Amino acid sequence: MAQAQRIAILGDEAIALAVKQANVDVIAAYPITPQTIIVERLSEYVANGELDAAFIQAESEHSALSICVGAGLAGARVYTSTCSQGLALMHEIVYATSSMRVPMVMTIVNRALNAPLNIHCEHGDVMAERDSGWVHLFAANVQEAYDLTFIAFKLAEHKDVMLPVSVNMDAFILSHSIEPLTPISDEDAARFLPPKDYELAIDFDNPITHGTMALPDTYMEFKMQLKEAVEGVKEIFPEVVEEYARISGRKYWYFDSYMADDADAVVIVMGSTYGTVKTAAKKLREEGLKVGVIGLTMFRPFPEEQLVEVLKNVKAVVVMDRAYGYGGLGGPLYTDVIGLLYRNGIRIPAKNIVYGLGGRDFKLDEAEAVLRMAAQGAREGGFDTHVQWWGVRA
Amino acid sequence: MGLVEVRWHGRGGQGVVTGSNLLARAAIQEGNYAQHFPEFGPERAGAPVRSYTRISEEPIEIHCGVYEPDIVVIIDPVMSRHAKEYCYGLKTGGDILLNYIPPEDDEIIRWARDNGYKLHVVDARKISLEEINREIYNVPLLAALIKVRGLCQMSTLEDVLAKRFKGKVFEMNLKISRRAYEEVKTIVG
Repeated sequence: MAQAQRIAILGDEAIALAVKQANVDVIAAYPITPQTIIVERLSEYVANGELDAAFIQAESEHSALSICVGAGLAGARVYTSTCSQGLALMHEIVYATSSMRVPMVMTIVNRALNAPLNIHCEHGDVMAERDSGWVHLFAANVQEAYDLTFIAFKLAEHKDVMLPVSVNMDAFILSHSIEPLTPISDEDAARFLPPKDYELAIDFDNPITHGTMALPDTYMEFKMQLKEAVEGVKEIFPEVVEEYARISGRKYWYFDSYMADDADAVVIVMGSTYGTVKTAAKKLREEGLKVGVIGLTMFRPFPEEQLVEVLKNVKAVVVMDRAYGYGGLGGPLYTDVIGLLYRNGIRIPAKNIVYGLGGRDFKLDEAEAVLRMAAQGAREGGFDTHVQWWGVRA
Repeated sequence: MGLVEVRWHGRGGQGVVTGSNLLARAAIQEGNYAQHFPEFGPERAGAPVRSYTRISEEPIEIHCGVYEPDIVVIIDPVMSRHAKEYCYGLKTGGDILLNYIPPEDDEIIRWARDNGYKLHVVDARKISLEEINREIYNVPLLAALIKVRGLCQMSTLEDVLAKRFKGKVFEMNLKISRRAYEEVKTIVG
C-alpha cells in the first residue's frame, strides 16, 4: 500500500477523480440542471487527454442511460451520473439496464423530486428506483463516495454479479462541499480494476440477442435470475471490500456502526447524516446513555442477516428516512426494518423519523434528541407513534 | 485547537465562498481536517451570501449547518459597519473580523467588549485600492484571519493561492494579503 497524502477536494471532483482512475471507456450524460460538476470535470479530463474515453453529451437523461446500455453491451466500462428529475427521466431505462444485466456505475447525487421545485438533498429520487434490480450503495462522506465508486465498478463487473450499481451521495452536503480525501494511486486503481472482461460483449462473429422479448412462459425465469443475482451481491461483497481494504487501508462493510453492539437503543440512518448522529451518540455515551448508530452503506441488496445480528440484542430501534412512502406504512428504510424484525422474530419497538426532505438541515442537537427518544423507547418498551415527520411546522 | 467553526459574510461576487474554500484547503494541506460549504441558495451578484468553514485536528464527521460559530468574518465594508446584525449565534469569547476600521467612539467597540467578543479590523478596501487599484476583499481578509487566529501558516496560504491563481492575479492577491496580514489590528482582545 503506497503512502498517500490527504488532499482537499470538492465532493463532485472526488467522484470525477475516481471515475478517471477507474479508466472508464464511455461516459454519457445530460449536462443541464440537475446535473452536477462530476460530468463537467470528466468532460475536461477527456478534452485535455487525461482520460482516454468517449464523452457523449446526450439530449436527455433517458438517452444518456440508453447510450450507456449500448456501450456496456459492447464491452465498454461505462459511467453516468444524474440527480432527481434526471433519474426520473431515466426510469424506463433503469429497469432495462438491470434486467439486461449491463454492468455500469451511476453516481446519484440525491435531490428532491418536484413539486414544489427544489434542488436540495433528499433520497426520494433513488427510492423511486429501489425495486429496479440495481445495487444501491450510500456514502456518508466524500471519502466514502470516492471509495465506493471503485467498489461499485468491481462489484458491477464481477462475473457472478453483472449488474448496474448506484453510488448515492447527498446533494450539496457532500457534492458541493470540500472535505479531505486520501486517494488511492493510479497504479493501485489499475490493479483493482483491470480492463473489463465481459463475456457477453457484442461480437459480430458470434451474434447473440440482448433485450429479447419474453412472453409469459419465460419472463418469470428472467426475473428470478435477476433476483438471485441481486441477492448474490451479498456473497460477493466481502471479497471485494477486502481487496479494496488491501490497497486503501479502508475497510467497508454492509454498514458502519458506532457502539451498536452493546446498545439498548439503535438509530439506523443512510447518507451524510450518519456522521452527525454518530457525533451526537459519542456525547450521549459519555453521559452513560447506551445508544448506538448504524449507517447503512448497502441498501440493495438489503443486508438482512447482518442487521439481525445487531438488532436481535437491542431493546428499541429508530429508523431515519430522508424519503417517504406516501400512503404506506412509513419511509422505505423503516418498512424494510420492521419487516426484518417481524420475520426474524425480534419483538422490539421501532419508530420512523422522516427528516431532511428538500434539504432541510438536520442539526447536531436534533440528532441528540432522536437518540434520546430511541433510549426512552428502549426504557419504556414502546414509542408514542409509528411515524414522526421531524421538525415539521403544524 | 479543537473544532473551530467560521461563518463568512459578504455579497455575491466578492468571493465569500472562495475565502472559505481557500481556508479549508490550507488547513487540509497542513494535515488538519476541514470542511467548507457555501450557503446553498440563488447566486445573485450583490445579494448577501454566507459560507462556512470547519477546522479540526480530528476527523470532522458532522454534516449540518454552522449555527454557533467561533468566528464571524465580514468581508463587505458596508456590512462590516453593521457588524452586530451578522454576529448572531457567535459564541461568547468568539472573534469578529471586519473589513472596516471603526472610529474609537464607535458603538461596535463597546458592544463587542460588553458581549465578550474579540474584535479584529483591517481596511482591505483601502489596501486593495492602493496596491492594485481594484477591490478584492476575500483573500486579504483570509490573511488577516490567519494572523489573528493562527488557523494555518501564512506560507501555506501563499502556497494555496499559487495553486488557485495564476500570473498577475496571483501576484495581486499575494501583495494585498501580505499587507493585510501586517496591518490587521485587534481592537478588542
